[in-house]
Amino acid sequence: MSSPILTLVAQRIALGLLLLLAVSVLIFAGTQILPGDVAQSILGQSATPASLANLREELGLNDPAYIRYFRWLGGVVTGDLGTALSSRQDIATSIGGRLWNTLFLAFWAAVVSVPLAIILGLLAVRYRNGFVDKLISGLALASTSLPEFFIGYLLVYFFAVKMQWFPGISTVYDGMPFGERMAAIALPATALTLVVLAHMMRMTRAAILNVMQSAYVETAELKGLSAFDVIRKHAFPNAIAPIINVVMLNLAFLIVGVVVVEVIFVYPGMGQYLVDHVSKRDVPVVQAVGLIFAAVYIGLNIIADIAAIIANPRLRHPK
Amino acid sequence: MAKAGTKEKPEILLDIRNLRIEARVFPPGEAPRDITIVDDVSLTLKRGKVLGLIGESGAGKSTIGLSSMGYGRGGCRITGGEVILNGRDVLKGGKQGFRKLRGREVCYVAQSAAAAFNPAHRLMDQVVEAALLHGVASRAEAEKRAIALFKKLSLPDPQNIGKRFPHQVSGGQLQRVMTAMALCSEPDMIVFDEPTTALDVTTQIDVLAAIKDAIRDTGVAALYITHDLAVVAQVADEIMVLRHGKLVEWGGTRQIIKEPRQDYTRALVSVHQIEHQEKKPGTKPFLSVKNVTATYGGGVVKVLKNVTVDIFPGQTLAVVGESGSGKSTLARAITGLLPPMEGSITFSGRKLANRLADRTKEDLRQLQMIYQMADVAMNPRQTVGTIIGRPLEFYFGMRGKERDRRVTELLEKIEMGKGFIDRYPAELSGGQKQRVCIARALAAKPTLIICDEVTSALDPLVAHGILNLLLDLQQEEGVAYLFITHDLATVKSIADSIAVMYRGEVVRYGAKSEVLRPPFDAYTDLLLSSVPEMEIGWLEKAIKGRRMESAGN
Repeated sequence: MSSPILTLVAQRIALGLLLLLAVSVLIFAGTQILPGDVAQSILGQSATPASLANLREELGLNDPAYIRYFRWLGGVVTGDLGTALSSRQDIATSIGGRLWNTLFLAFWAAVVSVPLAIILGLLAVRYRNGFVDKLISGLALASTSLPEFFIGYLLVYFFAVKMQWFPGISTVYDGMPFGERMAAIALPATALTLVVLAHMMRMTRAAILNVMQSAYVETAELKGLSAFDVIRKHAFPNAIAPIINVVMLNLAFLIVGVVVVEVIFVYPGMGQYLVDHVSKRDVPVVQAVGLIFAAVYIGLNIIADIAAIIANPRLRHPK
Repeated sequence: MAKAGTKEKPEILLDIRNLRIEARVFPPGEAPRDITIVDDVSLTLKRGKVLGLIGESGAGKSTIGLSSMGYGRGGCRITGGEVILNGRDVLKGGKQGFRKLRGREVCYVAQSAAAAFNPAHRLMDQVVEAALLHGVASRAEAEKRAIALFKKLSLPDPQNIGKRFPHQVSGGQLQRVMTAMALCSEPDMIVFDEPTTALDVTTQIDVLAAIKDAIRDTGVAALYITHDLAVVAQVADEIMVLRHGKLVEWGGTRQIIKEPRQDYTRALVSVHQIEHQEKKPGTKPFLSVKNVTATYGGGVVKVLKNVTVDIFPGQTLAVVGESGSGKSTLARAITGLLPPMEGSITFSGRKLANRLADRTKEDLRQLQMIYQMADVAMNPRQTVGTIIGRPLEFYFGMRGKERDRRVTELLEKIEMGKGFIDRYPAELSGGQKQRVCIARALAAKPTLIICDEVTSALDPLVAHGILNLLLDLQQEEGVAYLFITHDLATVKSIADSIAVMYRGEVVRYGAKSEVLRPPFDAYTDLLLSSVPEMEIGWLEKAIKGRRMESAGN
């Protein structure tokens, strides 16, 4: 690996870290702007001025905001996300299992949706403007246009209630056998797949169509390659950068944007956890989850950037 | 090799009969209609022979060449006639039939190999792809053959050049790799589509010689498509002249260039030299470039080294050199687009600000530019009237009737007339577009117009017209030109003084008659001797007489 790539990659990572720091400031500032503070939330109705003052002293809430920010940040960096107000439990511990559940669901949704979207995109280009293209585009568009909760309920209605193939509530627990776990996530994973499929498929189609006008595609056609081979071997590798970008955005959505789907299927993931604690006004939990979501988003986008850099032969093999 | 022995191969390899090709066009503001690109053209090509197809752009040369592979570019459809290759009508073979012959019986070499190679794959993978696809050879055999071809085409480091990516190899080398790619599957015929047109004149000669040797040694037949009669005369056995999709004349190479029978062929053979009397340099130049050094990348790459030239009022300084020699950079330094690192530019006795942003509107008005690609230098959504009227508004504050009158005047100056005022660039021919760009530059009443390869993208006859127009305008308006070009024939027609540039330096500078009078320095000699002459056997003579290698760009 040569130096220009390393420099670019290092730049991207440094930028990502900087961005994450900025986001942490925003999250902290945002929760500061909300009326009331943690002491008030903890004591609730039973607050007296004296007990409030005591608790504020105890929690260090009288320190200036920037000191509290750095105390919080220091905790986050060392893995201490604080204590949930509602349950008095350590946030890092409760998030651990749920994050894993969310990643598990996102992983399987991605394993199905990414290859499927790319293959459908290739097929759409191969039969562009024909029946197959229109069918693929139409179905994909329809599945994106339907709100995810509606898709969720449709799936539950048909596959859980009518046909009873899969459970309608995706309960998972520690030590659950792999097969049962897969059956439990089948419906939410399908719902997620349908939501992200169209975006990736259409981007793949557009990115490849963009390079189909190139002279090297003509060269490939004039070698006698079949239409699909021309697309797969000669057009696709040159369209990879925008495709990676949109794939990563959708992967981020699979982790960060699953809130609604998790709630519908009562799946014990990050989204559910977040919704629960927002309704309880549990600020430390919201801060922690927000920061994790931001980290996932930024991390995946860094990976997309780096992958796009590496996919460029001009950067990979300088003159 | 694969088919040898199975069937007696006919002596006539390709027999095109009454070919007719149509395409649907979408003119702006009109209903789509079909136009005829190729009209009733017949030709035959014997095994191992080279037929040159020649004509201006739009003559249907490439379309005919590609029809031998059953390929229609951009919506072209073969609507009539027969294309008989190796004894069968390929048009009846359908898609499967086309795929079997493409890359196997007929291969294609494109004008710009730099664009025709896939940037994502290594050269070797692309070179052997067709041979593997059609089962002509195993990978090991095909690679061995490719390396032998690289050697034959005198590519540097033939063992390893296949491991490179297209962007790691120069344009002239890529063109040779593409020829090797076409030869690798041992086809019966190759379609060369302007294979040297995009190259520097000094590189063109190398590639041309390599292609000629490869054709001779492998015994492959070829359709050689070009607009340059002097080039095709070096490689073709026969030449076919085409115009507007119709056959004009077809004959042996010697007959076409020595005894053309048709007026159009005669015009093609005779053009280009304009007798231009060199003007005596005035006493005082109005623009002086003194010891200018300019760099890209913050001083990393020196593209201009200590350049000094003068331009006199109403005269033309031609800057000649191959790509990468710094010609266009000199223009960028003068216009302030690339502020020089050292040196100065004096205009009418005062120093011009280095940076474009620091110059006054009056300075900007005095220096105008015309570019090589007229179509990308104009806003496609503006009419000719708006395009030419813009500098009138901007520099002189002209409005309404006054402006329209001046636009009409300018249109007459460029020999186009009032009727064009409401047309869009897409409705103009290449030559007309360049004329509109000239009118736009002229509208500012500049002292100097910088012409950056303004005739390079045009057909010879059209370019001839543009040069004549520029000379006439110089007489009438007294405007000076800085004329950047790689084409020495153009230089002879228009220049009063010449600066020859090589790797960022001016290697020869003076009045035209001095610069073009021997003895020459090695580079000027290479440049002059590389310009193809319409003479059979010129190529061999030129290669033999060379004193230095070309840079290979």
